[in-house]
Order: sequence, then C-alpha cells, then structure tokens
Amino acid sequence: MTTNTTPDVNALRAICVELRADIIEMLCLAGSGHPGGSLSAVEILVALFWGPLRHDPKNPGWPDRDRVVLSKGHGCPALYAVLARHGYFPREELWRLRKTGAMLQGHPVRSFTPGIEANTGALGQGLSVAQGMALAARLDGSARRTHCICGDGELQEGSVWEAAMSAGKYRLDNLTAIIDFNKGQIDGHVAEVMPLDPLDKKFAAFGWHVITVDGHDLAALATAYAEAAATKGKPTVIIADTVKGKGVSFMEGLIKWHGVTPTREEADRAIAEIRAAGAAA
Amino acid sequence: MSATATRDAFGKALAALGEKHPEIVVLDADLAKSTKSELFAKAFPSRFFEMGIAEANMVATAAGLALSGKIPFACSFACFLTGQFAEIRIALAYSEANVRLVGTHAGVAIGEDGHSQMGLEDVALMRTLPGMTVLQPCDDIETARMMEFLVAHRGPAYLRLTRQKLERVHAENHRFMWGKLDTLRPGRDVAILTSGSPAKAALDAAEMLRDDGLSVCVVNAPTVKPMDAEGLEAIARQCGRIVTVEDHTVMGGLGGAVCETLAERFPVPVKRLGVQDIFGQSGDPDELTALYGLDARSIADATRALCQEKTPV
Repeated sequence: MTTNTTPDVNALRAICVELRADIIEMLCLAGSGHPGGSLSAVEILVALFWGPLRHDPKNPGWPDRDRVVLSKGHGCPALYAVLARHGYFPREELWRLRKTGAMLQGHPVRSFTPGIEANTGALGQGLSVAQGMALAARLDGSARRTHCICGDGELQEGSVWEAAMSAGKYRLDNLTAIIDFNKGQIDGHVAEVMPLDPLDKKFAAFGWHVITVDGHDLAALATAYAEAAATKGKPTVIIADTVKGKGVSFMEGLIKWHGVTPTREEADRAIAEIRAAGAAA
Repeated sequence: MSATATRDAFGKALAALGEKHPEIVVLDADLAKSTKSELFAKAFPSRFFEMGIAEANMVATAAGLALSGKIPFACSFACFLTGQFAEIRIALAYSEANVRLVGTHAGVAIGEDGHSQMGLEDVALMRTLPGMTVLQPCDDIETARMMEFLVAHRGPAYLRLTRQKLERVHAENHRFMWGKLDTLRPGRDVAILTSGSPAKAALDAAEMLRDDGLSVCVVNAPTVKPMDAEGLEAIARQCGRIVTVEDHTVMGGLGGAVCETLAERFPVPVKRLGVQDIFGQSGDPDELTALYGLDARSIADATRALCQEKTPV
C-alpha cells in the first residue's frame, strides 16, 4: 500500500508539470481526445493520488483500497498519466493511447487498464456506480472511501441527480464527489448550454456537505479531502473551480480545446510553456 | 396442476438464497410489492436498497455494488429496466458487472395496465449486449433452479418473469442446464419452440395436433442467450419445421435468435408467433393472449398451417 505523508506542495507542483506534459504528448500522438478537461483535472487527481488515497499499484485488486471513479471518462488522459506515474502500467503505454489494441482506451475500461475501477464515457453514470461501491464498503464494514470525479457539463444528466438524491438518503459519508467545474462543454459554455447555478445549493438541498475550492490549489484540495473524510452522516461534494485547458496559454478557457488535439508544433510549444512555468514557480 | 407466477417463485427463492449467501443484495425502484423482492426486503432489510422511482440510478448503483464483490439483484418491470439501456450498456454490461437484472411483468399477459407497462422488447435489447445471459423460466420449478444458477454464475444476467400464474410443466427434480434447450415433449414432424409463459399452451397445442396426425415436438428455451445452437440445429434436422412462441415482439427475441442461428447453420421454414410489429393494449390477460396469437388454439392453427406449406426447394 502507498503510504501517504503530508504532501510537499512544491513536489506536487513539479508532478503536475510532468503530468501536464504527459497529457499533451499523449494527445498529440493519439491525434484525438480531450485536452481541455484533462488539463483541468490534474490538481484534483494529484491531491488525491499523492494525498489521502489508500491504494496499491502492485495489487490493484486489493479489496480495501479506496476507489476512484472517473465519471467524466473523456478526462482519462489525466488519470492514465497519474496511474502510469504510480506504476500501474509501463509509461510507454501512454504513447499508444487510443491505438488499436492498446491498453489505454479512448474512455476508461477496467478490463483493459489496471487501476480503472469502472467503465465510463456515457456521462452521468459514474456517481451511481461510486454510490454502489460506497454502499458495498458500508456493508463490508470497511473504512475504504469512494471518490467520484464528475464534469460540470455532465451534471446536466438527470441520473446524476437521482444519485445525489439516493446518496443523501443513505447518508453516504464514505463517498466524495469532486466536480471539475471548468465551465466548458462541447457546444459552448456550461452557463449558456444549460446553466447549473446555484450548484452548491442544489447539492446542499439533496443532503450533501458542500465544499467550494480553487481546483488548482493543491493545499486547498488537500484540506477539502480531509474535511470530506471527517464529515459524518452525509456525502461530501467538492466543487473544484478549475480552468479548462489549464497550464497552456493558448488552450485556457477556450471551448475549442474540449475535443481537439494539438499538432506537433502546438504540442511542443505547449510542453515548453508548461515546463517553463514550472521552473519559474 | 400447480400454477405459480414466476415472479412469486423468484421472490421466494431470493429470500431463501439470501440466508445462505450474505453477498446477495437487492435493489428495487418502488415496485418491490409487484416484483416480489419485498420478501427479501423483509428478511434482510440491511441488504435491501429501495431506490425510488429512479431506475437509471438503480442499475448503475447495482453495477457499483457488483464491482465491489456483491451479487446484486436489481428489480423492476421489464419495460422500466430497458428504459435505462444507457446504464445497462456501459455501467453494467461493458463493466462486466456481476448484476442480475430482474424484469417482471413480461408480455401482453399483464393485461389491463396496457402497453406502457408491458415488457415486449426486453429480450431483444438484452441479447445485443456482449456477455449478457438472458434467462426466461416457464414455471416455478425452473425459476427456482435458475436462481441457484444465478448465484453461482459470473457475469451480467437478465431474468424475465411473469405477472400471471403459469402451470407447472417440470417435475420437482428438474435440472436447469444453462445454454441448453429443454425438450418437453418429443415429436418428429414439427417443433414448437417456446420460452417463458407459453410452454403449457404449446404442450396443449401439440396434444390438439395429434388429431391431425402430427407428431409435434415441444421444446422449451430457458436460456435465450447464449442460444443452444447445436441443440437447435438437431431439432431443425429432426423436425424440418419450427414454430417459435413468445410473449414478446417477434423481432430480436426467441424468434429472432432461432432464425439468426438456423439461417447460418441449417435453414428450415420458421413461423414466429408473438407480438408482431404492433403495440400492446389493455384487456383481459387471457383474451389478450388469444388476440395476440399465443393461446393453445392459435399455436395449433399456426403450426398446422406451417406443416401444410410446401417446403421451398
């Protein structure tokens, strides 16, 4: 099992730089995929996987591991980069993303990839799956926690609110939902396509403990995860305010980069920029 | 003859199996009284999850429970489960989640509630999903045996059950064989192949056709997927003509599976009885069963007509 000590924020920032570079390289080589929502989720994943998550890359099936369900399946390049860095599979696999017969599918598939807990990609299903895992943990008397990372656009799916309702009913305090609130979706800005506001009040009304946090602030995310774990009697949602395409100046906030990958030239420019910003910090 | 609704046999078996198998959990969507999962709910309240009228969430939650080692039975009317095909397709089947979807109120024989409550496309939809086992018992004995199988089996499965009582056609010591056809009555001239509720009517039809000098084989298909291709080919070779009978649309269900299989292995003339390309409606269950051509007389008439057709050269 990975032991988790208090994370050194500077060290984690350096990891975020490397992961962002991996994501850009993967997507450039793949020639298709979703940079915007992968880059926005990096700190959410890093604060979890280099933070409170109890897991064992050498034994991905360990029954009492904490679960991570990436409900926004299209953000999987970020999760793949994290899993590779933890040794779930060889790093070379990253460069075969989306290729025929590859371990890393375009959206997460558990039978293909060690460390993937549930198949996602049809939006709106992950929170229900995570809830089932949390109910099982409770039945087993296990302290394992389940984390579900959702997109904001995904919350337009009605099934998410069915899950929000039942997790509230069952007072699933071993379940944490993290919303990657990056404010963009394929057809435009979430606020225009189908507004979610007031999102915090909606979750609170369904019986959830709500935490709002800067989704790129690693220390704040660590505090939020700790608060979620300490919250008893209700599930917690962490609304992580993020920037779509974070870390690449020509991608940040632009809807275009939801599902368009960089050319080789753009990728090189992006990676140089990511590394330069990391070195300057 | 004893007659039991397969949903009742299911509810009883589920509660009994719950005692021996602590990993069984049950979910329902505000229909526990109708699906008969309430027997389990009363016996094991901590392992029963009332999910309310929210079937999509129920299906995907069941998948999550299965991925953590539980054996979930997720119950509703067949038609309300198939309404959540998106969740069944990805969260459940694609994730290879060991969930048992239990769809009750199969077919036009639910009667007065009408089309919106009738499971008529469920077998067809479930059959399209890789790895999904599709089971349909024809009496209480077969239901009980299937339930024992479903606890031991690994992989997603769909169990289709009736609201109405079905007369028992199997002996107490009957053994259910997954993926195998089950011959109820031997015969040489034509085979009537049924799955689920029409078994007794098919046997009665075979009896009626004795007066026509026809030796009618009656075969039950408790497993619609995987279809017993070898068994089916043997029946086609032996009888040369097949009538399929199901309280379900004739497209993609038993009739569809039989035609797909035989077209590639050993084509013979087939008549598919069931709900043709039309909607159901309200009415008395027996009257509807006759109206949609699923009673013994209709089956006998269709079988006789098929036998009178010239076999194409």
